Amino acid sequence: MSTHTPHPDLSPPITNVGVIGWLRTNLFSSWPNAILTVAAAFVIFATLPPLIEWAFIKADWVGDSRDACTSGGACWVFVSVRFNQFMYGLYPEAEYWRINLAGMLIVALVIPLFVERFRWKLSLGLFILVGYPIVAFLLFSGGILGLEPVETSRWGGLTLTLILASVGMAASFPLGVLLALGRRSTMPIVKSVSVVFIEFWRGVPLITVLFMSSVMLPLFLPEGTHFDKLLRAMIGISLFQSAYMAEVVRGGLQAIPKGQYEAAQALGLSFWKSMALIIMPQALKLVIPGIVNTFIALFKDTTLVLIIGLFDMLAMIEAALADPNWLGYSVEGLTFAAFVYWVFCFSMSRYSMSLERKLHTGHSR
Amino acid sequence: MPPQNMPQTSASKVPLWRQPVFRATVFQILLVLGILLFGYYLLSNTLQNMEQRGITTGFGFLSNEAGFGILKSLIEYDETDTYGRTFLVGLLNTLLVAVLGIFFATFIGFFMGIARLSKNWLVARLATVYIETFRNIPLLLQIMFWYFAVLRPLPLPRQSLSMGDLVFLNNRGLFMPQPIPEPGLWVVGVALLIAVIAVVFITRWAHRRQEQTGQQFPTLSVGLGLILVLPLLVFWLSGSPMHLEYPVLGGFNFRGGMEVIPELAALVLALSIYTGAFIAEAVRSGILSVTHGQTEAAYALGLRPRTTLKLVIVPQAMRVIIPQLTSQFLNLTKNSSLATAIGYPDLVNVFAGTTLNQTGQAVEVIAMTMGVYLTISLLISMFMNWYNKRKMLVER
Repeated sequence: MSTHTPHPDLSPPITNVGVIGWLRTNLFSSWPNAILTVAAAFVIFATLPPLIEWAFIKADWVGDSRDACTSGGACWVFVSVRFNQFMYGLYPEAEYWRINLAGMLIVALVIPLFVERFRWKLSLGLFILVGYPIVAFLLFSGGILGLEPVETSRWGGLTLTLILASVGMAASFPLGVLLALGRRSTMPIVKSVSVVFIEFWRGVPLITVLFMSSVMLPLFLPEGTHFDKLLRAMIGISLFQSAYMAEVVRGGLQAIPKGQYEAAQALGLSFWKSMALIIMPQALKLVIPGIVNTFIALFKDTTLVLIIGLFDMLAMIEAALADPNWLGYSVEGLTFAAFVYWVFCFSMSRYSMSLERKLHTGHSR
Repeated sequence: MPPQNMPQTSASKVPLWRQPVFRATVFQILLVLGILLFGYYLLSNTLQNMEQRGITTGFGFLSNEAGFGILKSLIEYDETDTYGRTFLVGLLNTLLVAVLGIFFATFIGFFMGIARLSKNWLVARLATVYIETFRNIPLLLQIMFWYFAVLRPLPLPRQSLSMGDLVFLNNRGLFMPQPIPEPGLWVVGVALLIAVIAVVFITRWAHRRQEQTGQQFPTLSVGLGLILVLPLLVFWLSGSPMHLEYPVLGGFNFRGGMEVIPELAALVLALSIYTGAFIAEAVRSGILSVTHGQTEAAYALGLRPRTTLKLVIVPQAMRVIIPQLTSQFLNLTKNSSLATAIGYPDLVNVFAGTTLNQTGQAVEVIAMTMGVYLTISLLISMFMNWYNKRKMLVER
């Protein structure tokens, strides 16, 4: 008696699996699709190789003057010669260690926040928000403990950009939460004051705000008050961004079902307690992408201070481009700036995505 | 068990400062007092400072002679005109940038947003790279890049890049033939107007007919055809009442024709590429917000892919896209104020810059400038609210 032995399975058609299959489904599924693919490939081949050749292969990296740039590609020597100025601005060179120290300090302080089992996150966070700025300010400006005083007008470069951005974030977030609560308030006057405040700042461009802070603030204050230019810019940026933050937070507040508010009241929690323990943790989690987007916008907006004469990184690069020894290297300078800003903004947006995934406690699909 | 009597808690037993109404009232009174005091403090300081510095107040300066030239103006302007006119010139230049920017940004945004969702792997990746690159670079940097690194190093007028001796590109700008209207062109304008009105009526009629009978009418192709063909036909019949003026190289620069100065070109390029990336994301989120079930339901009802797209997906996606789109338009208009960094004569540059420096009347000038932007954004948000009310999902 013969037993039935089935034929071994045929392997799937070669056109449906492997590289060819992938190509067929993703690039050449139909005629229009194939044409699109060819067009896209053409765009890539027309732009990418010359770009790589310019930026890497033919580029000059080492040297100390423009004479070193002979190969016809990008002249990164311009950036490397000026690198310290782009990073530290006009800060005295002997005092760079103070900025480096403050930078290392914040990194060391922030690392434990990412450690899952670290216990004193709240107090450490509070210290970073309240204590660290004082320490950093004293370090930067000096004048105590035998540190040489450095005026704020000499602060600059990427340091200034980061200072402006972090102060703006730290100030606009609590202000934005308060404004959002105000806008949702049942008290008519509180509500209308918040609405007017938010809509005013959201309706005008940041440039006019900075102009206002630089020409009008001195008029508002008593005669003879000295008001630091950097501080004025910080106030302008913080007020401006707090309005955007308020709208983001309001979006989160509106998404919380009424039952949560009522349950908090039923438990006998006061307004502030119910906000801090019940509503805000849920609302803020919902709007993390919005909050980070506001932070990214703020980071990009710090470049505007160059218009009122502060020397952030972009302004330092612009100043370096006007140097008669380095005329004609604007492409290199601006590309470098673009790269630095891009790295910061892109990593912020990626971090918010991962945070969103981590905090997502609902059903995921 | 009979319900037990709750202990009577009358309002009088609760201390006054514990009552919500009382607390709210006191808090609000304090808030108003605080704001009034703060306002009074600012106002008195300002008045005192202005008196000490000898700054005049009021809007009388608007009728004084400005005495400075402006690089580019849409209306006639020279140095003997008033500050009031500089305001108008700046405003029109701002609106010009905004309109051009909105047009190109919308185009780029829709194209890239759809491309990012393309089934074609390469196209989708390219669109992603575009969006992630340009969204994450500050706009001011992009404006400076286009201006200082791309447009300024272009060749001198004598060595212009040219396209068929019609379009010239050099470091003074882009020069194109300009259509010059001749008397009689108004007939074409009237024809265009008639075509637009006709399309509005046809759309309404087609909509009503579809509601009643279910028959569809090719509104889009008929409408586009009407708007294009009718004016062209009238233009041809009336003997082409228009001629082109070509740019001619004379002296150091081109004369005649239409000129786009590099400042304007850099600004429009940067604004539309930057905002386009954001619009692309809005378009993508709008399309993704229409669940797959909607498409399946439409197919189950026997609609073809094209009809599904037109009648099911696009209307629902637009509900998500339009609010984001308007806020991007608003952002673009506000961002056009960055023009001042490269010296394009927009409102902020001409009015809050030069005029402010010459007159010193900071309060009035800044207030007027902010007023313009506030008005624009209020108008747009009024439109938004109206639109939202009309298109909101009507549920039970």
